[in-house]
Amino acid sequence: MSNQALPRPRFNAPEPERGTKAALKIETRTAPLLQGKVSEIPDAVFGWAMRLCGLAVVALLALIVYQLVVGSQLSWHAFGLKFFGNSDWNPVEDQYGALPFMYGTIVSSLLSLVIAVPLSIGVAVFITEMCPVSLRGILSFTTELLAAIPSVVYGLWAIFVLVPILRIYVQPFLGKTLGWTGLFTGPPYGIGMLAAGVILAIMVIPIISSITREVLTVVPQHQREAVLALGATRWEMIRMGVLRNARAGIVGAIILGLGRALGETMAVTMVIGNRPEIAKSLFAPGYTMASVLANEFTEATGDLYLSALIEIGLALFFVTIVVNALARILVWSVTRGQPARNLA
Amino acid sequence: MTGVAILTVALVLLPLFAIFAYLVYKGIGSINLAFLTQTPKPVGEPGGGMANAIVGSMVILGIASLLGVPLGIGAGVFLSEYGRNRYGDIVRFVSDVLNGVPSIVIGIVAYGLVVMRQKHFSALAGGVALAIMMIPTIARTTEQMLLLVPQAIREAAYGLGVSRWRTTLSITLRTATSGVITGVMLAFARVAGETAPLLFTAFGNQFWNWKTDQPTAALSLQIFTYAISPFDEWHKQAWAGSLVLIVLIVSAVAAVRLAVKHGTLSGA
Repeated sequence: MSNQALPRPRFNAPEPERGTKAALKIETRTAPLLQGKVSEIPDAVFGWAMRLCGLAVVALLALIVYQLVVGSQLSWHAFGLKFFGNSDWNPVEDQYGALPFMYGTIVSSLLSLVIAVPLSIGVAVFITEMCPVSLRGILSFTTELLAAIPSVVYGLWAIFVLVPILRIYVQPFLGKTLGWTGLFTGPPYGIGMLAAGVILAIMVIPIISSITREVLTVVPQHQREAVLALGATRWEMIRMGVLRNARAGIVGAIILGLGRALGETMAVTMVIGNRPEIAKSLFAPGYTMASVLANEFTEATGDLYLSALIEIGLALFFVTIVVNALARILVWSVTRGQPARNLA
Repeated sequence: MTGVAILTVALVLLPLFAIFAYLVYKGIGSINLAFLTQTPKPVGEPGGGMANAIVGSMVILGIASLLGVPLGIGAGVFLSEYGRNRYGDIVRFVSDVLNGVPSIVIGIVAYGLVVMRQKHFSALAGGVALAIMMIPTIARTTEQMLLLVPQAIREAAYGLGVSRWRTTLSITLRTATSGVITGVMLAFARVAGETAPLLFTAFGNQFWNWKTDQPTAALSLQIFTYAISPFDEWHKQAWAGSLVLIVLIVSAVAAVRLAVKHGTLSGA
């Protein structure tokens, strides 16, 4: 008797002839299972259709670049690089310079980071390191709810709640105590750079804190235990064992927040005051690249006007691309290819 | 230090509650039957509503979903089933980058693509803009959900002689259905409140419009116009509109989630 478990020696036995009774029997028995083998064409078609979808994503990016570059040709030829160094924005005389908008975008975004970064890191540390497990889910869900509110609703709330608070309480106080810095001078309108910075901060906190949280969770548990074993207090453990290990990822999270703040349009447009001027005081109204697009694009009468606006769009696009790419790389370096969740 | 951390949490949660409380407080008082059934009235005339904007938003979002969802899921399938290589990495990176492109820039692109050709603003242009924003989000979440499906299930199907495309559609995607739909709803919720890309694509409209090639009202646009206006009556409507917008988004997401959980949409 041969043992079933042992491999049987291979004999070069003759295959059953096609068309004979034996071959027919095998074919009919296996046919339903091997239906897919009948033709490889559907497989190939499906595979290529999916590849086409993947390609479409890349094509989309190319299309965006193409549209923006072609659209901004006129302005590029008229002003060249001076476009970004000129602070004169005068549609009546067809003179366009993007400097006030760039200034506004950068200042409002940086201001929002100054407010948002400590708060979001605090929230992330609290959720991952301190709070009871039962609270954890609720807290992270609630902070992420902030990200689900449409930008225009933030703007609405800012106009009717935030701006009056700033005008009546915050700005007079800041002017009195910190007025000597020159950053907080001038009449307290409420609307202006400060309001834009605050509302932007509220909007980027969910992004920064949720990604920071993810980065903190991948810090290995034994790092914490090792630091604690050396006699560190909890705060020292968080600072040395957790935050220092997650540094690159946290910076990535901050830069992702910056990317969101740079491109944010509606809420900022509604509270920044929309005046193309460069003022040192944060109380003064300003203008950002995104809000000038929102306000003036549909009203742009001349070809050069439209082209100048598209060039601003192109500049905004490139800045956010660079910022986002940088952030992704930093976050990836910590979470090791596990992509951060798409929240932006 | 614990105190400081708790303080930051309180500071972050404060605006959230403030926004919701104010929204509900201001919104509920202004919502009535007229708001939900009438078109906007000129300044000074009482009444009027945003019915056309609510419908317009649905039309635009419908177009966006029709264009964006299949393409996004396709790209996600590519990434997880065919893209475990350098090309996949490129697509992955590009879609992450695309995710960060400011919405207003997407609006410019849709303007150049559709509005310039059609010679007027349209619901279609708005839909295209929102679709472009949906694709990268859907692609990435679909990919992540498909990767969660155990390789053994695919191999079992191959072992039974099922072809690759059949395996992908009937086994892999079907197993991941609920996750994929959640991703789609995330993308939907994200674009549903978008205003910036609609400013110069859908443009807005004070009247009823049923044609997809004409300027169309959208809830978010209407909120923006009313919010920056100097009239009290319009401010009230803006609050009501915001409440309706958020309720619509949340209920759409909840409805689909419920269908996924209990209904015919649920996966294997």
